[in-house]
Amino acid sequence: MGKAFGAVAGVGAVASLYAMKRSWDPLPSVKAAGFTTLDMSQYKENELVVEKWRGKPIFVLKQSKEMLESYDKNMSQITGKSTAEMDKKRLIKVGDDYFLICVGLCTHLGCIPGYNPDEKSFLCACHGGMYDDTGMVTKSPPPRGLDIPPFKVDGMKVVLGETSPEYEKMLADGITLKV
Amino acid sequence: MAHFTKATSLHDWLNQRLGIDTLNRVLATEYWIPKNINFLWAMGMILAITFGLLLISGIFLLMYYQPNIDLAFDSVNYTIMQEVGYGWLWRHVHGVAASVVFLIIYIHMFTGIYYGSYKKGREMIWISGMLLFVAFSAEAFSGYMLPWGQMSYWAGMVITNLFSMGGLHLDGLVEWIRGDYVPAQAFLNRFFMLHVLLIPLAIIGLIGLHFGALRIPHVNNQDGEEIDFDAEAKKYLAGDKANSKVIRFMNDFLAKDMMVVGIFLILFFYLVFYHYDFAMDPVNFDPANGLKTPTHIYPEWYFLWSYEILRPFSTNVGLIAFAFAQVIFFLLPFLDRSPNAVPASRRGLFKYWFWAMLIDMIILTAMGKVPPEGIFSAIGFYAAITFIGLWIALPFITKFEKKV
Amino acid sequence: MKELFILVVVTVFTLVTYYLVEPFAHSQMHKHVESEGFTYKDLPALTKKGDATRGKDLVMGAGACAGCHSIEVAGLPAPMDPVTAAQSYGVNPPDLSNAGVVFDAKFLAALIKNPAHALMLEHKYNEKSGKSYPMPQFYGAGGDMDQEVADMVAYLQSIAVPQEKLTPNMAFETACGRCHAVHYPYALDGEIHAPWTQIGEKPTFKHKQDELAFETKVLDYQDALTKYLGTLPPDLSMYIRSRGEHYIKTFMEDPQAYLKGTAMPRVGVTAEAADKVIEHLENVGDSKRHKREEIGKYVMIYIIIFAIFAILWKKEVWRDLH
Repeated sequence: MGKAFGAVAGVGAVASLYAMKRSWDPLPSVKAAGFTTLDMSQYKENELVVEKWRGKPIFVLKQSKEMLESYDKNMSQITGKSTAEMDKKRLIKVGDDYFLICVGLCTHLGCIPGYNPDEKSFLCACHGGMYDDTGMVTKSPPPRGLDIPPFKVDGMKVVLGETSPEYEKMLADGITLKV
Repeated sequence: MAHFTKATSLHDWLNQRLGIDTLNRVLATEYWIPKNINFLWAMGMILAITFGLLLISGIFLLMYYQPNIDLAFDSVNYTIMQEVGYGWLWRHVHGVAASVVFLIIYIHMFTGIYYGSYKKGREMIWISGMLLFVAFSAEAFSGYMLPWGQMSYWAGMVITNLFSMGGLHLDGLVEWIRGDYVPAQAFLNRFFMLHVLLIPLAIIGLIGLHFGALRIPHVNNQDGEEIDFDAEAKKYLAGDKANSKVIRFMNDFLAKDMMVVGIFLILFFYLVFYHYDFAMDPVNFDPANGLKTPTHIYPEWYFLWSYEILRPFSTNVGLIAFAFAQVIFFLLPFLDRSPNAVPASRRGLFKYWFWAMLIDMIILTAMGKVPPEGIFSAIGFYAAITFIGLWIALPFITKFEKKV
Repeated sequence: MKELFILVVVTVFTLVTYYLVEPFAHSQMHKHVESEGFTYKDLPALTKKGDATRGKDLVMGAGACAGCHSIEVAGLPAPMDPVTAAQSYGVNPPDLSNAGVVFDAKFLAALIKNPAHALMLEHKYNEKSGKSYPMPQFYGAGGDMDQEVADMVAYLQSIAVPQEKLTPNMAFETACGRCHAVHYPYALDGEIHAPWTQIGEKPTFKHKQDELAFETKVLDYQDALTKYLGTLPPDLSMYIRSRGEHYIKTFMEDPQAYLKGTAMPRVGVTAEAADKVIEHLENVGDSKRHKREEIGKYVMIYIIIFAIFAILWKKEVWRDLH
């Protein structure tokens, strides 16, 4: 009987653990505030703007023609395909323009890399990691390119926090991890 | 340096290092409790459990509470009560437990008084218990400040004003306690600190002292009988459980404790879910407003009797009467001059003293809440006089008590 | 048996103490006001049957309602913004779209004829004080005045949403929302609503300037309201816990019964709309009530099982001890 009573008491303790777990969950107001809308018409080519989404810095970098060309050239060297066939995997197309929109935290240990518009590259001062203007790693230690947040293109606007087929494709292609 | 051998099991490994078998024996299986007790002896366990409920619920409230006069009210009534998953449950458990714990404390105290459990070597149990009562009172009061509602603010105002000591006009002391001219940010912050750190630490320490004080004189029993615990324990261990006058703390006493706890928890959770207003005064759901006093202000029910002792007199006399009420229970073991440590029913005049004191305190409690007008004022006044008179009479009526 | 006797003694003393400090003390402290069920017995019954078409002409024309009131469902915008309206009249005149379903017909008729009387504000607006209520009395449009009033009421009822479509927040906003703010967000049918101010739901702003501009408007409105009423009406976010359903309902029915001379008018809502207002205040101040009742049931069942097992264990352990 002592064991049976202990078991009953244990059930109560476990049930109260559930309530305790729920109390640690993010508040509904935190969850509801997890969306940021960006007006993409306001950005200038090769000028990094830092926005904020879910408390994290978001890099927005509008690509210039010259940047896109060098991207295509690089990619064709890697893949061996012609420059015309390249799709801009890491870039997001809004209207006729291409944008890099990524979480501005180094994938190594989470410092914020700085952008050099002349070199068109990001440098993370903490451990010397480097990325190109599409957020791909050019110098270790970062294990992967800058992560891309869930996004949805809506006319000239981009909603961060909402997913879309374009974003799902990036996930499926392994271009970014889920953030 | 003790000698350690290769452990044969985890139990043995721990036992060599921590002596868990000895601990278990001393604290549980061979901690002897008299068999001749009733359910009132389980109040200690109920208090321990209720304190545990207060601690656990308090931890979750602490995660979202904001000790800021502009945010405190909404952090309690909106964030905790409506946003946090099960936040409302923690608050209701905390509020109701804070009220119910005093009911149990009073039952526990009057049990001690009735059965003479503060006499013959048990004085420290009584005194440490009274210290706990004071600590719980301070804990309850400081906690009452935190939601920063109308009752919080005005209770803070009135109670801190007591420290001006009436005619002494120690306004500087009042301001020092508040850290401001009125209860404001500094006041809320320091009472928050007292509520979540300093007083709980003191309570935990005092609980240790209270338990420790029990070890040597042992728990009292229903007939005030002096028991030879060693001889009775031997009898029990020899297998003659039925004739032994003592039982093990674990599982014998614990099983009975848990039975009483189980029944208590039915009442407790009924109050938490279906009848919480008595413990969470509706007036305190109005945010604090330093420019408007609520029509009726009164402390929580467990402070009403001492509040009523203050109320019918002029400022200075009232404060002296109030101070008297606060300390007099501490002196009970010394004011009771009788050599008898037996139930009040066998103690002549003390029997009447006990019931008169209990009823008088209930009357004081009731009068402390109703508006101090007309007949209520008069009843309150005479009840306060009776309270003081009963204590003055105590040494005399017990001095002439016949030895049982 | 002795133990049972002790239990009875403890229980009796506990219950006596409870009775004295709770029901008894509160009966001594608070005046008890009985509800009349929103019947408005003091107001005359409508004797004429109203015609909504004629009522429409009156409301839009000779009745001159539209000079101050907006009727959004009829495509009639407010003549001025809430702040200017409050600065002109003391309080923003209500939109009449749902007046016909929120307010009692008898009350509406009485209000059109003599607002200060229907609103129980004659202690403030009378010949002696020389003040008159901002809304002018309707003296008739030339025909049978009772008929004309009945027509206008019928029109208001015809344009209002049907009873079953009246949501708690609509009832609150029409009946209380121009004087009382509720600064807690609330969920209704899965949608999160922003805090309510006297000039409407507070929008979300991206720029601090816009937010401050909105708040300035709210403060201007509140200033006008304070000047008009003598004091700023309280925020009602936690009223469901601080006052409770009975108090709020009877207060809406007859504010003078509690606070003699208060500037708060009789609200004049129907019994159904009063229930909706209460439901709204519950959604705002006690939104977890359903969860509390549901969890409460489970916890009670569990704790009874807990107690039964505890009793069985005690019986087993103590069998050897007797």
